[in-house]
Amino acid sequence: MKSAVVQLPGLNRDRDMIAALTKISGIAPVTVWQTETDLPDVDLIVIPGGFSYGDYLRCGAIAARMPVMQAIKAKAEAGVKVLGVCNGFQILLEAGLLPGALMRNASLKFVCREVKLEVVNAETDFTRAYEKGQIIRCPVAHHDGNFFADAETLAAIEGNGQVVFRYAEGTNPNGSLNDIAGVMNAKGNVLGLMPHPENLIEAAHGGSDGRALFASVLDVIAA
Amino acid sequence: MIKARVTVTLKNGVLDPQGKAIEGALGSLGFDGVGGIRQGKVFDLELATADRAKAESDLKAMCEKLLANTVIENYTIALS
Repeated sequence: MKSAVVQLPGLNRDRDMIAALTKISGIAPVTVWQTETDLPDVDLIVIPGGFSYGDYLRCGAIAARMPVMQAIKAKAEAGVKVLGVCNGFQILLEAGLLPGALMRNASLKFVCREVKLEVVNAETDFTRAYEKGQIIRCPVAHHDGNFFADAETLAAIEGNGQVVFRYAEGTNPNGSLNDIAGVMNAKGNVLGLMPHPENLIEAAHGGSDGRALFASVLDVIAA
Repeated sequence: MIKARVTVTLKNGVLDPQGKAIEGALGSLGFDGVGGIRQGKVFDLELATADRAKAESDLKAMCEKLLANTVIENYTIALS
């Protein structure tokens, strides 16, 4: 699997993402700077977490207007898989590649802890190595992860199977509507989630529940 | 030059936990009977044009493209 990791000022989880992709796919991802518009030919583009542009205006708002995002939009339309984690999810929403918005956590506090996730849809290119309904462990670290969408959008994404991950009962850390932790686009090739699967891929992390997400993409691409 | 003010507010029905916290803090200062607080943003801009119609249409585009997230926010534009 050939992958690319996007780098923007203020993103700080890029190294973790590069390490995870390298370990799981055996090939180091190429890195792409925010001003690049001619993207390499890859199977998967990942926007990692962090605090792009200091979260100014709204989380991900400035990053979403950088030249690289137009190029990513074009790649997504052409069917290339795109994954956004944490700030990467916020950027994908701000760029209009995913439905909804992420708001300040209901508690108003930054949450940094482990949660449990339910795999709601295991028939996506990002989750087929999981079982439907499987409960996995995953760390979260964010201040603005409170998923919101208007009633019509919410009904549409629930009905289309676009809700991919939900916080398991009792572990919603941020007040997200319907406990939504991760959503994909209608076409199924763009996924965003607040939790950090790249931080739970090997014994040294204390578990490897996040590994199957990357393994799913690998399998699909190898197939 | 035209000076403008853009006000961005949360749409009705969008929860505002910050507004709620501010409401609580006002209550603890003894300001009773304050409700419905919604936090928003104000942008003051200077536009290098004398064409008010163009300024207005540019500002609308700026709001749609960047200043507001129209999934959750409304905006108003005022020219001085």
